[in-house]
Amino acid sequence: MELLDKLAILADAAKYDASCASSGTQLRDSRSGGLGSTEGAGICHAYAPDGRCISLLKILLTNACMYDCLYCINRRSSNVARARFSVAEVVELTLGFYRRNCIEGLFLSSGIIRSPDHTMRQLVEVARTLREEHGFRGYIHLKTIPEADPALLAEAGLYADRLSINVEMPTQAGLDALAPEKDLPGIRQTMARLRQAIEAPRVKGVRRFAPAGQSTQMIVGADSSSDAEILGASTSLYSSYGLRRVYYSAFSPIPDASSALPPRPAPLLREHRLYQADWLLRFYGFVQDEMPVGADGNLPLGMDPKLAWALAHREAFPVDVNTAGREALLRVPGLGVRSVERILVARRHSRLRLDDLARLRLSLAKVQPFVVAADHVPRVTDSVRLECVLPRLGRPGAQLELFH
Amino acid sequence: MHAVVLAHEVDWQGFRAAVRKLAVAGVAPEHVVWSVREADDLFAQDPPPEAVGGFVLPRNLVSLAETVIQARDPSRFALLYRLIWRAHRGERHVLERITDPDVDRARRLAQSIRRDTHKMRAFVRFRVVRDGGLTRHVAWFEPQHFIVESNAGFFIRRFAGMKWSILTPYRSAHWDGQELCFTEGARPSDVPDDDQLAEYWRVYFASIFNPARLKVGAMQSEMPRKYWKNLPEAAAIPELVAGAAARTQAMIEQPRLSDPLPSGRRRVVAPRANSAWGQAVQDAKGCRRCEIHRHATQIVFGEGPLDAAIMLIGEQPGDHEDIAGKPFVGPAGQLLDQALAEAGLDRAALYVTNAVKHFKYVSRGRRRLHARPDAGEIQACRWWLDIERAEIAPRMTVLLGASAGEAVLGRKVEVLRERGVAMNLADGLAVLTVHPSFLLRLPDEAARRREYAAFVADLRLVARLAGPISAGKEN
Repeated sequence: MELLDKLAILADAAKYDASCASSGTQLRDSRSGGLGSTEGAGICHAYAPDGRCISLLKILLTNACMYDCLYCINRRSSNVARARFSVAEVVELTLGFYRRNCIEGLFLSSGIIRSPDHTMRQLVEVARTLREEHGFRGYIHLKTIPEADPALLAEAGLYADRLSINVEMPTQAGLDALAPEKDLPGIRQTMARLRQAIEAPRVKGVRRFAPAGQSTQMIVGADSSSDAEILGASTSLYSSYGLRRVYYSAFSPIPDASSALPPRPAPLLREHRLYQADWLLRFYGFVQDEMPVGADGNLPLGMDPKLAWALAHREAFPVDVNTAGREALLRVPGLGVRSVERILVARRHSRLRLDDLARLRLSLAKVQPFVVAADHVPRVTDSVRLECVLPRLGRPGAQLELFH
Repeated sequence: MHAVVLAHEVDWQGFRAAVRKLAVAGVAPEHVVWSVREADDLFAQDPPPEAVGGFVLPRNLVSLAETVIQARDPSRFALLYRLIWRAHRGERHVLERITDPDVDRARRLAQSIRRDTHKMRAFVRFRVVRDGGLTRHVAWFEPQHFIVESNAGFFIRRFAGMKWSILTPYRSAHWDGQELCFTEGARPSDVPDDDQLAEYWRVYFASIFNPARLKVGAMQSEMPRKYWKNLPEAAAIPELVAGAAARTQAMIEQPRLSDPLPSGRRRVVAPRANSAWGQAVQDAKGCRRCEIHRHATQIVFGEGPLDAAIMLIGEQPGDHEDIAGKPFVGPAGQLLDQALAEAGLDRAALYVTNAVKHFKYVSRGRRRLHARPDAGEIQACRWWLDIERAEIAPRMTVLLGASAGEAVLGRKVEVLRERGVAMNLADGLAVLTVHPSFLLRLPDEAARRREYAAFVADLRLVARLAGPISAGKEN
């Protein structure tokens, strides 16, 4: 098979992994030899028409797989075309694209062939070749196979910036139904092992283990798990294993799908709401019990979770932008972490008015009903009206999905 | 009117020198006309006054000015001088007035330049040019602002071993592996055509796209159309967008494969252990006797010689223990080790375990806070504790804290009242004392020292009552 055909198959097979991060690793450059650099911030070299950034060459080593996870395009029982790169081909493509400034590095994953150890050894070999034989200083993300020998994981972390293991479903019951070979306790133990290696004290002269940490991904809407269960699982994973990120990936139709899967794709808006809730939990001081989930355990689709929380907690508003503390400001719908910082700086010099807030580049329409400013006190009716209007504005549907 | 003529678009040195002279001489911003290469205003003939001395500017203003001087906006020099003038005349924190029109304008320009810089680093696409034995990487890029000079360093750090040129309409940067130089602007036709890997890149771009998630707006807001003409992959976009709906519909309508539904987990079952104890240790790994296991990493079973004379029982594993799979390895474990040593006890000779074997916690951001196990959970886990106690049959049991006391004595205990005395159990002695994490939680140093001494005293009692333990059990 031609290399170009393999690339088409093995990139197509890799696109269900949402992660494309290339940030937050150690600083490296090529002035002392080799190729490439990492300078903290990641760079998105292109955007596909699905709105997702392309930062890394995201491919599978092979899409042949022993496992039969029903949601996966590469599962054993699927009839997709199969292909397999050699280690040298992946290395050549990575270096070729990198030299042309198309990518920040490589995100390599694989179907499980022969055995978890065999597959993991191949992944490690690609990373080792790039680092040791070509002096590659760019970013490498390796998908980790939890069942593989811990010694291979230890080696993977010496070459890779980031390691990841996808939990895929928030509960073992979900895995039992759709991914019979996957074992949540085994995954958690491997994540624990990675955390130990990542947090181990630095030894001078020894390469840092996975300096960009570990991450994971959950599929949303392939099983019946609620948003509350998903957020419960991610909260537990963040706090237990110091994950940099939990990615949520709305279940998307795949060719040759199993009848055990839901007939329709999950709404992308649901994925978006989960990300918003994830952010509230990590950066806005919210705890899981405060998430505005309904009786079915799901977040409202029609408005963002912070607004939903605010409407259910009128007693916390209005918040005075000239006197309130950071925690209270962070809970105002429409104020992000950055706008809160700007408000805290700006108000040292003058009492803020509404047009000052407008200059801070935030959405006045959204913020106004919840705040007091030097020249503004919200009318009681503002938030009442909001409640009537917003759900209609934000009605989930194909049209809206284009804009978020 | 004073006229300042700068040497080129980003003549930082020239700008700095002029600003110093003007500010020291007290020339207000409205009396200065700025231009690049040739004077703009025929009536403004006075050169900047000669002035000696300098002045100090806040660091954030200098760094903002270094950024904003790259703006494609003829008024940038005047804007910057107005801000510097204000800082010089006493408004040291002028940049914190972020609602001030000039500050706002400068910040917006800086943001636009940072974005342009980011896009240049992202969207420059090198093509490989082979000239005899020499390989050069050449790119054409059209920046919005004057950012080529300040970005050259990034491309040197990244591609130090390559020979490359980045050509733009206003200036071109060249790196020969050793030195950087700049030449005049260029034309798109100065860059050779497609190289072979561009085709591979287009195929990758098309294949990594998921047609079921079409979001053209999101793509365009990050990769605006103005950049498309210089991106080889962008040629594929119209077709990908046009075909997305049909491809998705085809996947949804495709007949489903009726896979046999998986019938539970197909994981390997470990072979039976060759002793009842070995089997218990193995079975405990899959324990679901209560709900705590759901969010814990693993069961943390006891550890130590099976013929130990002394058994230590704590409450439950903590964050470190949950990760390591071993009891008492975190901060409380370290304190325990220290106290044991002071009391003359060798931890390696003890069997150390917990009343509850999974870690119960609440998540707070990136941390896990210990949550006390309830009576039901302690009761559920007694199943394992009883197996351990029967196997070890210790002469002495040390109960660290209320949960351990409750688990073994079968009633609520008051640790501070009942501690430090020998109690009779059906099969040996027990001493109740505090849990080492109680010592860690004490707020003041004096209390911590006092309570630590009392803890060590309790452990000394244990050592005395248990007799020489290094010989193991005498049975």
